[in-house]
Amino acid sequence: MELVLSWLKEYVDVDLPLPELAHRLTMLGLEVEDVHVIGKPLPTGENKGFTFHGLEWDKDHFVVAQVDEVMPHPNADRLVLCRLIDGQGEHTVLTGAPNLQEYKGKGPLDKPIKVAYAKEGSRLYDGHKPGFELTTLKRATIRGVESTSMICSEKELGISEDHEGVMILDDDAPTGVPLVDYLGDAVFSISIPANMVRCSSMIGLAREVAAYLDQPLRMPDLTLPKGEGKANDAVKIEIRNPELNPRFVAGLIRNVEARPSPYMVQLRLKLSGMRPINSVVDATNYVMLEAGQPLHAFDYDVLVKRADGKTPTIITRTAEQGEILTTLDGVEHKLEDYTVLVADTAGSLSIGGIMGGEESEIRPNTTNILLEGASWNFINLRKSLKYLRINSEAGYRLSRGVHPTLAEIGVRLCLRRMLEWSGGQLAEGLVDNYPLHYEDPTVAITTADIKRLIGIDLTAEEIAGLLRRLMFVCEVKGDTVTATAPAHRMDIGTGVNGRADLAEEVARLYGYERIPSVRLDSELPPLRSNPKEERNQLFQDTLVSMGLQEVISYRFTNPDQENRIYPPESKPQGVAYVELQNPIAVDRNVLRRSLLASVLDNLERNARQRERLALFEIGPVFLPVKDQLLPDEPMRVAIAMCGLRYPSAWDRKDKGTFDFFDLKGVVESLLKALHVTDIQFEADSNPSFHPGKCAVLRVNGEKIGWLGELHPQVTANYDFGDHTRVQAADLDMDKLFSLSPKYFETNPITAFPPVIEDLAMIAPESISSAEIVRVIRATGGFLLKQVELFDIFRGEQIGAGNKSLAYRLTYQAPNRTLNDKEVGKQRDRIIAALEKELDVKVRKAE
Amino acid sequence: MSEKSSLITELEALQQQAEQELAGLTSESDLQNWRTQFLGRSAMVMQIFRRLPEAPQEERPGIGQFANQVKSALEEKLAEKMDAVKASALQENLSGESLDVTLPGRSPSRGRLHIQTKVTREVCHIFAEMGFQVFQSPEVESDDYNFELLNIPAHHPARDMWDTFFTTEENVVLRTHTSPGQIRSMRAFHPDPIRVVLPGMCYRYEQTDANHEIQFNQLELLVVGKDITFAHLKGTLEEFAKRMFGRDVRTRFRPSYFPFTEPSAEMDVECFVCGGKGCPACGSKGWLEICGCGLTHPVVLKNGGYDPDVYTGFAAGLGIERISMLRYRIDDIRNFWRNDVRFLEQF
Repeated sequence: MELVLSWLKEYVDVDLPLPELAHRLTMLGLEVEDVHVIGKPLPTGENKGFTFHGLEWDKDHFVVAQVDEVMPHPNADRLVLCRLIDGQGEHTVLTGAPNLQEYKGKGPLDKPIKVAYAKEGSRLYDGHKPGFELTTLKRATIRGVESTSMICSEKELGISEDHEGVMILDDDAPTGVPLVDYLGDAVFSISIPANMVRCSSMIGLAREVAAYLDQPLRMPDLTLPKGEGKANDAVKIEIRNPELNPRFVAGLIRNVEARPSPYMVQLRLKLSGMRPINSVVDATNYVMLEAGQPLHAFDYDVLVKRADGKTPTIITRTAEQGEILTTLDGVEHKLEDYTVLVADTAGSLSIGGIMGGEESEIRPNTTNILLEGASWNFINLRKSLKYLRINSEAGYRLSRGVHPTLAEIGVRLCLRRMLEWSGGQLAEGLVDNYPLHYEDPTVAITTADIKRLIGIDLTAEEIAGLLRRLMFVCEVKGDTVTATAPAHRMDIGTGVNGRADLAEEVARLYGYERIPSVRLDSELPPLRSNPKEERNQLFQDTLVSMGLQEVISYRFTNPDQENRIYPPESKPQGVAYVELQNPIAVDRNVLRRSLLASVLDNLERNARQRERLALFEIGPVFLPVKDQLLPDEPMRVAIAMCGLRYPSAWDRKDKGTFDFFDLKGVVESLLKALHVTDIQFEADSNPSFHPGKCAVLRVNGEKIGWLGELHPQVTANYDFGDHTRVQAADLDMDKLFSLSPKYFETNPITAFPPVIEDLAMIAPESISSAEIVRVIRATGGFLLKQVELFDIFRGEQIGAGNKSLAYRLTYQAPNRTLNDKEVGKQRDRIIAALEKELDVKVRKAE
Repeated sequence: MSEKSSLITELEALQQQAEQELAGLTSESDLQNWRTQFLGRSAMVMQIFRRLPEAPQEERPGIGQFANQVKSALEEKLAEKMDAVKASALQENLSGESLDVTLPGRSPSRGRLHIQTKVTREVCHIFAEMGFQVFQSPEVESDDYNFELLNIPAHHPARDMWDTFFTTEENVVLRTHTSPGQIRSMRAFHPDPIRVVLPGMCYRYEQTDANHEIQFNQLELLVVGKDITFAHLKGTLEEFAKRMFGRDVRTRFRPSYFPFTEPSAEMDVECFVCGGKGCPACGSKGWLEICGCGLTHPVVLKNGGYDPDVYTGFAAGLGIERISMLRYRIDDIRNFWRNDVRFLEQF
């Protein structure tokens, strides 16, 4: 919404510096985004954080002038010479403005043309260059005629982008007066909150300013001159559904002549972002901007013709399902059955409150006009707007709630403006059908309510005083204020909601900045731990401590993108995704099901940047569940590593790359941090992983997830640059955490030395290290504290298909030093068990 | 007499010879050899002791005493010399080990949290110190929780404030804010008083550019109790701003509109980049819009199970990415989820 300062001043006295006014509007909830200053000096000094831009017209150089005669240029057809009086003297001014051509060679004019005149040395914008480029007006000779000054266009003066012709001011513009005193202005761009649509008009804004400044509001004159013939006899109004159309007001004006509107009207429309059309159309738009009521003008003669010469009847009704109407922009709309139409006995005329129909729209030669001002159910209207995809100034206001009172005010104002700008005669009175009266709510609020909500002490009189400034009708009884909302706003509720609404109005007018700041001083709520959050942090911190980089990915993906984690032959079919109705792009049409896919996408994005990458992510995946409205959002942890095992350095010789056991080490350390003990890694097959380098992780017998080297066919689905082997894991974080004990025991540090023994054996390849360790642990007894594999050897000496494994066994007693005999006994038992239970051969110590 | 003096003379000559030789030695092994030669079991000085019987009885003590003096004098010299030789050998060793200390160090593999994890934790930590606990809720939400229960009925104009991702399941959306957590936490904790932060990923259907993302982290506050006022809202958020942006930072509250709060406000923080003078970071306003807030709307309290005639509350919402962008001068919001390591490793 654009606030035109000169226009605002018609309704309220404001004499604040521009930054101060911008600040006060903002502190009322009407946030000023920027200020376009027209002609006046830009504020200097404290701008209170607002941006001001515009061109200053200094009083010596820019004045209102009059052109008394337009003469041809001796050497150029397109140029004219104007005899101009600027209040100090007469000048001959050269111009190429097309809108002065029609006066050329007509001799002295009966009625001088008022223009904006810039003298030699003026600083203004170059009208011929794109954008706004400042230039200084210099003496020049154009086709043999000397030119020192000029008649200006709006663009040259920084008013608008219009450079079609020079500005032709209204006849009453005072010749010789500095231009800034006549046209100087400021336009504030304001963003109006959804609950303050009452402020999307000059009067609406003036009301707020008046309230804030505690100044009276001057309403424009609403009386109508005496008319000829009764409006009531000229049209009937029938409202079929008052819920959807509570009020319909119509006025009739005959014999109007559509002509250009006064310059001031055109200028205000332009500054408000609307295009002037003619004095009839402009009047409807002007009044909408002035009072906030959208209006619609019908060609009355078309209505009469459609009624076969009889008195037309306007009928408002909902559309038939699929009913078709062509709007005045030539678009054919197929309507839904909730959309309200303005129709007559012959059929539809317009979409109520949204857009007029083609047939009954007014044309430049229309003379008799039926003017509509109606109120509509804003919820229903918004629904129609959304469906029809129409954006209009009228729709914007009506879809947020315009009070029915405004329907009459708008029609009255508009009829007056039409008479003034387009001539014609009114029909007597208005046709007003108002079947569903809007009850302005009455709310009782106490001083205790204000204290309880806002935290300030105000007396009932003070509360009433603030509300009265906003035109609430208030009654004070003891500590209670009973306030009735004024007949221009629809945002006040009843009961407890109404009290909140009033509290907001009181706080707003009292000033948020005056409300004290108090720390929370009530008793703390019961403290509840948040295990989920603590778990997230534990996982993150543990993985980070092992040198992994955390990533956070888009949750959006598409099935093809995600299916890259499978070889071409193994893509799952018919998997259910959380799918978007309105994806932002076709490749982001679902929410992810696989966190591994997210991390691999990130690995791919970075593969060419680094010779070493170790990434992880924790986060939800989204799994639709049959017969359940919302999907499950289980948390997973995914890890991906590729490239050099150690960061390279200038002298580092080890150029080994990450392999399965680096990844497994990370997973093991994570498990250690979670203090889970019953852990199994088993060789397993999973389509995403290398068949020989993949393990399933089980904790307490429950499957947690897989880890392994990506299957080469999966790696081939990505562009990992030079990285050919990628280690990856995808684990169920929820399950893993649920299996980790909340408390765990520590082991005492014993002062007695351990006995360390090495045990080497030859085993066939088919026996896994895990099996051997299981047997050692099972027979080692409580003295055996640690079993650690320290060497694997394969070679001819031990035979093909065999491997030699060497373990370091640590025995320790908590209360004494162990002797060889005790350890020897354990060793013999372990050897016996190994050779008996497994097909291994323990190598005897030398 | 000649015999006596000859032993003494011999000793004197021996001492002189030993000292002369010692002076020329530079290595530990030479010193060891020297010790063997002059002070060892079969060394020259010891031979003098063995030859004592050759001397007359009465002269023997004098000679022995002199021989001992020579011996200890030589041992002392040796010790001195040994220290000097060791010191110079060490010196030589150390200087041979000199490094070019300007060569680059070997980097350990350092892991990092994602910057948004860090900033979210930081914000949560500040609120934790004020007694706020973390509460999480789903990212895919029902229309009810995301809108209806928050006083945003279907077709209400306030719905225009959120560009929503709809799923193909009717009435299921990607949450446009963490506010559904307000209802969920109220329903979970009712009738206790509440002080929670609701962090999490939210979604908006909009074209992405340097300042707009379809996915972003929001963090909301919710306080519900019997004596919570707008003054508490101001006090709490001002304290947060001071801890987050600096003790001296100025804040201002101005009226705004959100359907689930009333009165509603916007808290601006004086631009900490330019100190309020105006700069590109604050759009030359001098103020940064940090958070929308307000007293919890009675309808929302009621929907959460709290009687609005008895309970009041306040809520506030912050954009975590916005805080990071301001603080680290990040000029493109899309950097966060692109996860380019060249970006992530800067933190």
